[in-house]
Amino acid sequence: MINYFKLIVLGVIAVFALIASNYARDLAYQVHAILIFLVAAGMFLWTLRSTDEPVPAAVLQTSYMDDVIRAGVIATAFWGVVGFLAGTFIASQLAFPALNFDWANGYLNFGRLRPLHTSAVIFAFGGNALICTSFYVVQRTSAARLWGGNLAWFVFWGYNLFIVLAATGYILGGTQSKEYAEPEWYIDLWLTVVWLCYLAVFVGTIVKRREPHIYVANWFYLSFIITVAMLHVFNNLSIPVSIWGSKSVQVFSGVQDAMTQWWYGHNAVGFFLTAGFLGMMYYFVPKQAERPVFSYKLSIVHFWALIFIYIWAGPHHLHYTALPDWASTLGMVFSIVLWMPSWGGMINGLMTLSGAWDKLRTDPIMRMLVISIGFYGMSTFEGPMMSIRAVNSLSHYTDWTIGHVHSGALGWNGMITFGALYFLTPRLWNRERLYSLSLVSWHFWLATIGIVLYAASMWVTGIMEGLMWREVDANGFLVNSFADTVSAKFPMYVVRSIGGLLYVAGGVIMCYNLWMTVKKAPAVEATAAAAHANPAE
Amino acid sequence: MGHETYNALRHFADSWGLLAMFVFFVGVIVWALRPGSRKAHQDAATVVFRNEDKPAPPADETEGHDK
Repeated sequence: MINYFKLIVLGVIAVFALIASNYARDLAYQVHAILIFLVAAGMFLWTLRSTDEPVPAAVLQTSYMDDVIRAGVIATAFWGVVGFLAGTFIASQLAFPALNFDWANGYLNFGRLRPLHTSAVIFAFGGNALICTSFYVVQRTSAARLWGGNLAWFVFWGYNLFIVLAATGYILGGTQSKEYAEPEWYIDLWLTVVWLCYLAVFVGTIVKRREPHIYVANWFYLSFIITVAMLHVFNNLSIPVSIWGSKSVQVFSGVQDAMTQWWYGHNAVGFFLTAGFLGMMYYFVPKQAERPVFSYKLSIVHFWALIFIYIWAGPHHLHYTALPDWASTLGMVFSIVLWMPSWGGMINGLMTLSGAWDKLRTDPIMRMLVISIGFYGMSTFEGPMMSIRAVNSLSHYTDWTIGHVHSGALGWNGMITFGALYFLTPRLWNRERLYSLSLVSWHFWLATIGIVLYAASMWVTGIMEGLMWREVDANGFLVNSFADTVSAKFPMYVVRSIGGLLYVAGGVIMCYNLWMTVKKAPAVEATAAAAHANPAE
Repeated sequence: MGHETYNALRHFADSWGLLAMFVFFVGVIVWALRPGSRKAHQDAATVVFRNEDKPAPPADETEGHDK
C-alpha cells in the first residue's frame, strides 16, 4: 500500500521537475531539475517493479542496521579524497594562476571551485562521517537497532543528493554567496527535510534504548543535529525570486545578515566540526584504547560548558565592522572562555590513555586518534587567541585564518575520521584486522607532515601579509600595494600545495588499505565470532 | 523590528535570560558532581564495552549488566 503512495509522490516530483527544466531561468536550476527528474523517475520505475512483490518478513530486532553504515564509510572515504583533491588543486591555482584554464573559465576557476572544496570536505566528507559514525555509536551505546527502518537509508541517499546538488550548483553559478551556506533555496529546503529525518532516526533510537544511560557521545551527536537544524533554517531565510530559478533574496540585510551568517558560520564549526566530532572522540578513543573515558563527570561538564559557550562566539568574525562594539566584545570574551571547556575535553580524551600509553608505540590507529586530539587542543588555543580584537586586526583577512581552519580541519576532523574509518572497516565487514598496519603508519606520517607544511606556511604568509598591509613609511603612507603581498607569498603557496599533495596521498593510501581489508584480510572465523558474541563472564 | 522590541529583548537577554541560563548551567555542574554519582557514572562510562555485536534482548530477559 505504501508503494502506491510512493509512486504518486515520485510521479508528481518527476513531472514537476520536467516542467521546471523547461521553464528554468538559469543553467544551475535547469541541470538540477533534470537531475531531480532522473532520480525521481528512476526511483519510480524501481518502486513500480517491486510493487506487489512478496514483502520480506519484518527484520527482527536482533541485529544492528549496519548496511547503511557500510555505505556511509564508503561515501566518507570517497568524498574525502574528492575534497582533498579539490583543495590541493585550488591551492595550486593560487600558486600558479595558469591553472585557472581559459577553456574552463566561469566554471573551474578558483572562485567556483573554492566553495566546492569547502563543502566537499566539511559537508560531504565530514557530514557522511558524522552520519555513519552516529548511526554506529547510537546503536551500540543504546543496545537497540536504528529506529525507522529504511528512513536511515533515506537520510544517507538524501544527504548525498544534497551534496551533489550543492557541488554542481557551485560550478554552474547557483550560490547565495554565504560562506559554508552557499546552496540556494530549493537545496536548503531539501536538506531541511533530510535533516529532520536524521533527527527522527537518531532520537527514535535513543528513545527505544535498552541501556539506562544516554552515553555522552550521543549527547554530543544530538546537540550537533539539533543545533545544525536551527542554524540552517535561520541562516537560509530567503525568498526565491521565481519558483523556476535558483536566485533568492535574503530576508535579513546589512549587519543583521552578517551577524546571522557568522552566528551560523562559527556554530557550524562549533557544532558540526566540534560537537559532532567530540561524539566520535568519546566513543572511538575509549574503544580503541580499551579503557573507559578518563572522567565521565568531566565529560558532562565538558558537554554543557561547550554548548552554552560556543553559541555566543560568532561575533568575533566581525571585529571592526558595522557590528556594535558590545556584540563583538561579547563574541571575543566567550571565545576566550571557550578555551576552558575545549581543553577540558582534550584532557579527557588524552587521559583516557593513562595506563595505556604504550599503545601509541604499537597501534597506529591510536596514534591517529591521539594526534587528532592534539590538533584539537592546538587549534582551540589558536582560535581564542585570534578572536582577541588586537590579534584579529593583524590576522583577519590574511592566510593565518586559512592556516588555523586547516589545522583544525585536517588535524582534528580529518585524523579522527581516519581513525574511525580504520576502526569501523574491519568490524563492519567482519574482518579480523586491517589489511596493513604499516600502510596506516604511512598515512599517518604523510598526513602529519602535510598538515605541518600547510599550517607553517600559512602562519608565515599570513603574518607577513598582515604586517605588510599595515606597514607605513615615515610620512604615514602605506609602503606595500596588495600585489606586493601577492608576489611575496608565492613560495609559501607552493609549500602549501605540497602539504596538500601529501595529505591527498595519505587519503589515497587509506582508500587502498580499506579496500584491501574488505577484499583480502582474513574473515573473522565463525567460531571465534560466536565466542565473541557470548563472552564468558 | 522596532526600537522598543530591540530594547526589551536586550534587557531581557542581559538580565533574567542571562540569570536563568547561568543558574541552569551551575545546576548541571552541581548535578554532575553530586555525591554518590560515581557508580552511575562508572556504569555509563562502560556502556561502550557492552552490546558490541547485537542489540540487547527485551528487558524481561536481560541478564542485567554490572550493577
